[in-house]
Amino acid sequence: MTVAPLSGVKVLDFCWVAIGPMTTRYLADFGATVTRVESIHRIDTLRTATPHKDGVPGVNRSGYFANYNGGKHSMALNMAMPQARELARSLARWADVVTENFTPGVMERWGLGYDDVKKTNPGVIMFSASMQGRGGPYSNHPGFGPVLTALSSHTHLTGWPDRTPTSPYGAYTDFLLPHLAVSAIAAALDHRRRTGGGQHIDLSQLEGSLYFVAPALMDYAANNRVGTRRGNRHDVYAPHNAYPCSGADRWCAIVCRSDAEWRALCRLMGRPALAGDPRFRDAQARKDNEESLDEVIAGWTRDQEPFDLMARCQAAGVPAGVAQTCEDLFNDPQLRHRGHYVSLEHKEIGRHAYDANCFHLSESQARYRPAPLLGEHTRRVCREVLGLPDSQIDALANAGVLS
Amino acid sequence: MLSPYRVLDLSDGRGALCGRALADLGADVIKLEPPWGDPARRIGPFYQDDPHPEKSLFWAFCAANKRSVTLDLTAPAGRPVLEKLLASSHFLIESFRPGHLDNLGLGWDDLKGENPSLIYVSITPFGQNGPYRDYQATDLIGMALSGMMHLTGDPDRPPVRISTPQFWATGSAAAAAGATIANHYRLLTGRGQRVDVSCQQAVARALSHAPMLWDMNRLNMQRQGPFRPVGSVNLRINWECRDGYVNFIQPGGHTGGLSMTNLSNWMDEEGLGHAVLRDTNWGDIGFGQLSRELLEEMTPPLERFFMTKTKAQLAREALERRILLFPVHDPKDVFAYPQLLARGFFGEVPLPSPEGEAPGVMKALGPFFKSTVGPGPAFRGAPRIGQHNNDVYRDEMGLSDRQLAKLKEDGVI
Repeated sequence: MTVAPLSGVKVLDFCWVAIGPMTTRYLADFGATVTRVESIHRIDTLRTATPHKDGVPGVNRSGYFANYNGGKHSMALNMAMPQARELARSLARWADVVTENFTPGVMERWGLGYDDVKKTNPGVIMFSASMQGRGGPYSNHPGFGPVLTALSSHTHLTGWPDRTPTSPYGAYTDFLLPHLAVSAIAAALDHRRRTGGGQHIDLSQLEGSLYFVAPALMDYAANNRVGTRRGNRHDVYAPHNAYPCSGADRWCAIVCRSDAEWRALCRLMGRPALAGDPRFRDAQARKDNEESLDEVIAGWTRDQEPFDLMARCQAAGVPAGVAQTCEDLFNDPQLRHRGHYVSLEHKEIGRHAYDANCFHLSESQARYRPAPLLGEHTRRVCREVLGLPDSQIDALANAGVLS
Repeated sequence: MLSPYRVLDLSDGRGALCGRALADLGADVIKLEPPWGDPARRIGPFYQDDPHPEKSLFWAFCAANKRSVTLDLTAPAGRPVLEKLLASSHFLIESFRPGHLDNLGLGWDDLKGENPSLIYVSITPFGQNGPYRDYQATDLIGMALSGMMHLTGDPDRPPVRISTPQFWATGSAAAAAGATIANHYRLLTGRGQRVDVSCQQAVARALSHAPMLWDMNRLNMQRQGPFRPVGSVNLRINWECRDGYVNFIQPGGHTGGLSMTNLSNWMDEEGLGHAVLRDTNWGDIGFGQLSRELLEEMTPPLERFFMTKTKAQLAREALERRILLFPVHDPKDVFAYPQLLARGFFGEVPLPSPEGEAPGVMKALGPFFKSTVGPGPAFRGAPRIGQHNNDVYRDEMGLSDRQLAKLKEDGVI
């Protein structure tokens, strides 16, 4: 029996929607006890988000919510009530880590700000993630995750130069930041194991997102050059595009990083002479004639089955990859080999898929468990963590505190 | 936070962000470069567009706060030096193709005997095993195979990647998470381990709910250009304005309703209001409940209004009036954004340059987080090739000047 890396770590989790819950699921997967505080009165947006089991809405039926909350306990608390806030403060004394991603100021109003919590729990680690960080003129500006790509310049850098930018799909940066967030929390826990000291981590989703566009930002900082979206074009490599294949909306990306890869592609196309064509002879020529180049390649790919095309390119040493749909991902032999989609039995949804972690630890693999029903562990937390007798739990429940 | 730890960073540009994150967290990250310079130094953009290994701006970001020593991994004479470095290291990061380090006798199986507490982090496109393990991948190929590309772009054109590479950076950030979690296992058991990262999986986790929509409802999401489906309608999210674009969405619900009323009031003040905006009770429209008819009526006056204002004007009033509108920043705007300036996010580092030249300073990205513990790492900038050879090899490891001279002569360092 191996020990889980974060066994014994107690997390009181106020995170909701995406960036926060994805972060704390990592902690749960690797052995931490993660107790999520939530409420039917201010329901986590993700619990109401599609997909729902059989297309029928219900607070315990969202696959979106489930994916980011596997392995956690759910404690229902109506934080509008003083008694609920008192119970939450007791839980904050129990916790090693308190996590939240509300608009800055919410935790403070509940008496659960870092300065309050550390009075009774001096070693506590508080993790606060927010859209634009604590302090500064935009700290409390409302917004949803997808706007972050507008502020970070991801949106400006996505799409076609002759058209309105398209934005990357979804609340993109919500899913980039959790990995950095986990590293900060794990480092803070390490610091605490060594020194006993706690801390307050303030993660601005915007600032972290800038790490993922850094080359474009540095280009401006040093050269005053304002880069823009270029479809699929690359500074140096050509070909570098998604090419049409047989079937509806099927595409395979093909890239040549060198003349050798280009010659290999020409051989594969059955047109070895093309490698000597003055329009395409070297990288600069191919860049200069990229539209013709794309037409030539598209003419060859158009009637080909995309996965077969990819396999033949790769076998010839030419980088290629099908633009996979979500359906494709579930059939992807590599993701299957890695066990990427884990099927777990959820109490209301039944069996459905959860993302596995993208890193495999050779000695201490993650343990995957389904998401909780709303308030599923309320009584258990009251009894086992808060030490309340059943009579008192009943009274709290009847008063609406545990909802 | 991680100040007691040393990280030996063997990764090239593909894994470079992992070490940068650990350096931000306080670890002593030593970048081990071949004597002729790390491959990441050949990745642009370059200062003054000069592809000199000391002028890579990609390197300037990814290697910031790291130290640099040179060592030729393939030279037998370098092996004892590497072993000594390893003995004082807690983490090793590498991003070679699977099997490369094993062929040099530096695989995890080779090293774990002597270094049982080492955390050996490998960052590859698809992982160390499996049918695609040896597939060639670039950012474009990775974004295609991980599902992001098919979901991104205009529906009447090919799917697109994000023009700035994401694939390796996403996997490298995940590697930092894996490494720090593995470190807790070492604290509990004394044992290190292999952290095997798949960039494909890391990006496949960034698709919002799209994979779950397939799994549960058999819906295959399609790319939507600058629109997003909310309820029964497709809402425009990116709008043209006088000098660029802004992000604005009217999804309904409480916050959305307030935002819409505030915007309509502002348009009235400017004499550019419209009856349909003024007369609709926005608070009554639930999240995702906007009708197609209303959307068609309200869109033209909004388009006209936005075209009379600049990004900055719209953003300023959006803040004052609590409107769900944000500027679509280009890289220049990012450096002028009041929120980032107020938080002191940017620092200054020397412009990347060969030794002896001092061309001035440039803005740089600060640490990815703030914390009450300590002031955060100083802005040290990125090292030159082998800048810390003497510090590390001589002062810390105790090699003599003569030994160093010999290694240099043999081309090992």
